[in-house]
Amino acid sequence: MNDLSPERQERSANLKGMGCSRKRVEDARFTQGKGNYVDDIKLDGMLHGDFVRSPYAHARVVSINKDAALALPGVVAVLTAEDLAPLNLHWMPTLAGDKQMVLADGKVLFQGQEVAFVVASDRYVAADAVELVEVEYEELPVITDPFESLKSDVVLREDLAGQTEGAHGPRKHHNHIFTWEQGEEAATNQVIDNADIVAEESMYYHRTHPCPLETCGSVASMDKVNGKLTLWGTFQAPHVVRTVASLLSGIEEHNIRVISPDIGGGFGNKVGVYPGYVCSIVASIVTGVPVKWVEDRMENLMSTAFARDYHMTGKIAATKDGKITGLHCHVTADHGGFDACADPTKFPAGFMNICTGSYDIPTAYLAVDGVYTNKAPGGVSYRCSFRVTEAVYFIERMIEVLAIKLDMDAAELRRINFIKKEQFPYTAALGWEYDSGDYHTAWDKALKSVDYEGLRKEQAERVEAFKRGETRTLMGIGLSFFTEIVGAGPVKNCDILGMGMFDSCEIRIHPTGSAIARLGTISQGQGHATTFAQILASEIGISADSITIEEGDTDTAPYGLGTYGSRSTPVAGAATALAGRKIRAKAQMIAAYLLEVHDDDVEFDIDRFVVKGAPEKFKTMKEIAYAAYNQAIPGIEPGLEAVSYYDPPNMTYPFGAYVCVMDIDVDTGVPEIRRFYALDDCGTRINPMIIEGQVHGGLTEALAVALGQEIAYDELGNVKTGTLMDFFLPTAWEVPNYETDYTVTPSPHHPIGAKGVGESPHVGGVPCFSNAIQDAFRPFGNTHTNMPHDHWRIWQTANGLGLHD
Amino acid sequence: MIPAAFDYYRPKKMDDVIALLEQHGDDARVMAGGHSLIPMMKLRMAEVPHLIDLQDIEGLSDISVEGGKITLGAMVTQHDLINHAGLTAAAPILREAALQIADPQVRYMGTVGGNVANGDPGNDMPGLMQCLDAQINLVGPNGTRSVAAREYYEAAYMTDREDDEVLVSISFDTPSGGFAYEKQKRKIGDYATAAAAVQIVKDGGKVAAASIAMTNLSDVPVWSEGACDALVGTSCDAAAMKAAAAAMLGDIDPSEDNRGPVAFKRHVAGVILTRAITRAWDRA
Repeated sequence: MNDLSPERQERSANLKGMGCSRKRVEDARFTQGKGNYVDDIKLDGMLHGDFVRSPYAHARVVSINKDAALALPGVVAVLTAEDLAPLNLHWMPTLAGDKQMVLADGKVLFQGQEVAFVVASDRYVAADAVELVEVEYEELPVITDPFESLKSDVVLREDLAGQTEGAHGPRKHHNHIFTWEQGEEAATNQVIDNADIVAEESMYYHRTHPCPLETCGSVASMDKVNGKLTLWGTFQAPHVVRTVASLLSGIEEHNIRVISPDIGGGFGNKVGVYPGYVCSIVASIVTGVPVKWVEDRMENLMSTAFARDYHMTGKIAATKDGKITGLHCHVTADHGGFDACADPTKFPAGFMNICTGSYDIPTAYLAVDGVYTNKAPGGVSYRCSFRVTEAVYFIERMIEVLAIKLDMDAAELRRINFIKKEQFPYTAALGWEYDSGDYHTAWDKALKSVDYEGLRKEQAERVEAFKRGETRTLMGIGLSFFTEIVGAGPVKNCDILGMGMFDSCEIRIHPTGSAIARLGTISQGQGHATTFAQILASEIGISADSITIEEGDTDTAPYGLGTYGSRSTPVAGAATALAGRKIRAKAQMIAAYLLEVHDDDVEFDIDRFVVKGAPEKFKTMKEIAYAAYNQAIPGIEPGLEAVSYYDPPNMTYPFGAYVCVMDIDVDTGVPEIRRFYALDDCGTRINPMIIEGQVHGGLTEALAVALGQEIAYDELGNVKTGTLMDFFLPTAWEVPNYETDYTVTPSPHHPIGAKGVGESPHVGGVPCFSNAIQDAFRPFGNTHTNMPHDHWRIWQTANGLGLHD
Repeated sequence: MIPAAFDYYRPKKMDDVIALLEQHGDDARVMAGGHSLIPMMKLRMAEVPHLIDLQDIEGLSDISVEGGKITLGAMVTQHDLINHAGLTAAAPILREAALQIADPQVRYMGTVGGNVANGDPGNDMPGLMQCLDAQINLVGPNGTRSVAAREYYEAAYMTDREDDEVLVSISFDTPSGGFAYEKQKRKIGDYATAAAAVQIVKDGGKVAAASIAMTNLSDVPVWSEGACDALVGTSCDAAAMKAAAAAMLGDIDPSEDNRGPVAFKRHVAGVILTRAITRAWDRA
């Protein structure tokens, strides 16, 4: 059966199964403008909502006068917290165990906060009416710095006054949310106190925003006749939205249908529940007609979920020859006005405790303090698993800082501290069990591919030329080695609002041998309709071209926790493979019956079952499917369907080795990326072309964050980067040519060995770009400067090092 | 990002434009490519109850290169500037500058007239036109008049143009010598952190004439006479360039924004100008 005869090769190729760079089936509609997004949904009699938003970051709402707005022809309603209060919908629970105002209840806590919801007959009237709602504010002192917040007498969250216990333990101060501790503090301190070498650094991972191309929106339609609510929206987790909507509204879950249509990018921004969703639902219930709400770009940047905003302080201990002995990390986390982080319930700082990285560090301690400020709520995982980008940035900077202290090459320092291949499964000091890895092989391949030694030699020559006055550019070599933790996750420790983080797949084989599979996830551009069909093709022997993949409609799809944190392939992909195997098991019995042999006497071969030892006797999956529906088979139910709900036994741990080479103009602060090499190991590779696309996209978002993308506030809490003029969204022009590479270390616990890849390049890319900048200035005494490395901050680094004198 | 309601006009004759402007005064604005005005209207920072689109007015898209004189109609787009062979041969600095404005999609719509007329300190064409010592030609109820680009800008978004006047064209003598338009920006589509337009005429190894203008380093474009004077008569050596940069720094007045603090902008202005002079001199 293992011969590679041309006939078998052809049958295998026709399947377009795993490992094939199958073209994306989604692209036909996307490239022709035929996608169907929330804003494309138009229903009879549909009304339009728009928000009155706070111009102030912290103010008391003294009064709201709706009269002028209501008098405008076409305005149907103006909702305020007072209107929502009788329904108990003026506040809503957040995913992080806090609660959040749907509409300003007495005060506002950040600029852009929702104050009133105008409902009108068209979008333009709604916008005009927003201007006519008169809101009287009384300004309050603004706090935009979390350290200042913890010292301030100003109580940001008056609703929590006197509560010393939060959702995640004791609160130390009225603006403090939680302290989350992992690892051994005393043991870590002891290691650090007694170490040969200790490197310390403080770093700020600035606030930024996922900024998907499509902003957030929803259309709610309450059918008062049959009592059913249909909700279309930009939801990365439609099933969770249905459950939350049911719990909040009291409408029974079977009477709510949530549909995520095409989604134009999510990157974590579309995981949470926003006031706009709630208000569109309430408005539809009140008016009895459909209500649409779609935010604009400024609203998206100012008010929906941000990412990062972590102030991190680290100590890393090592022996004289560079063996790391301990790691201490403290984070002051700025969560804004409400704690609306999107993390599994038991992880208020996400998986920040993956901060020991790819290294065998015996002792470690992590503490995270969450703090309220007058900034927008959020804290989502922007193209990464929960807080993993922060963790990897932290450790990859600490490694560089330690290398400086040891006067050692940073590539070599990594090599001598990597977890070794034979140590997997490896239990890290902060608790995670890494499933598989071969870091040394990946690292050596990466360094060899870029001629690392040659680059270092060239860099040293450049420094000498610079010192002689022959050039004004420096060369930076950015290194990063990352381990992601994705695929949340095992129900025993991962849930969102109590809902276990399993996922699902349901397959129906049609009588003529094609199929439909539905999953609990939802693609936002990842290409699920392409790749999940490939998994199934390999599992059930039906061509991927004959398999429809459907997601996002809670009336038809099986329950699942959605798509974020690179969980679709690790969790729903596993469910797909296992559901496929159930199909195959039944197909085997049918084939045996048709071939008049015992079940054990047939075996699966690409697209058919053959009699063992007699491959000329076979039944194709098409024939089996037909028989399953149309032939009476003793002891076997008609039909060919299967469903699988998959609770992963562990996370998966993709990893990678990245190298970036930059030339930096010392006088203007302009960096030029000469080369970017990315080696990714995501386990079994399902579609190499889609992997490459994911790597390019993730790296581009990493470039954005490292080199300029931020949500910045002034001292009054005004957003300084509220449009794409100032918020950096790279175009083809700013993006270098990426070189991609790979190794394959399958996950031992995943049915097909796949680990997930969409977020790896972002996680590994950010420290790689940053390290390149920092490395360029290392010969002149730089140890660390904060991102974003935009022109003026790079210039400032050069200036501070005396390079302009 | 939804503008307030407005009336839209698309007259075919300039007289009708002027009549509408006279009728509605402050409440009316003309629109060329719309790339400055429409975003402002969508942000509701500009309220324009009467919007007059110029695209049906004949003759506003003409480019004339004749007898040592160049005239650009107000509706000439950046794309037109880039792709007009005769213009590129006569005044290559226009193409070099236009290629540094935004992206192709914007350049298909964005016009020279709109860029020059608005008085937006971030726009590239005003500084460029000062460098070329262009005349800005306006039409109003009392006929036509011309204003030197170097006299046209009063403050950010404030110009010599009256509310009932329309910028119809820009004209200047065909430049001679070497040229350079040097611009530092954070990304495609951004305004300049600093930009310099330079024309230099070389004669016998010396600078015979120089014109230097800077963009987005003050609330108006800055033509630096001192910087020009510092170069004339020199062999454009390092000392001369240093003196030109020092003179220019005396004329600019940048303010801090997301592109960076004042010290950074001043430093970059000096670097950018030095590079522009170097390139222009090499081409002279």
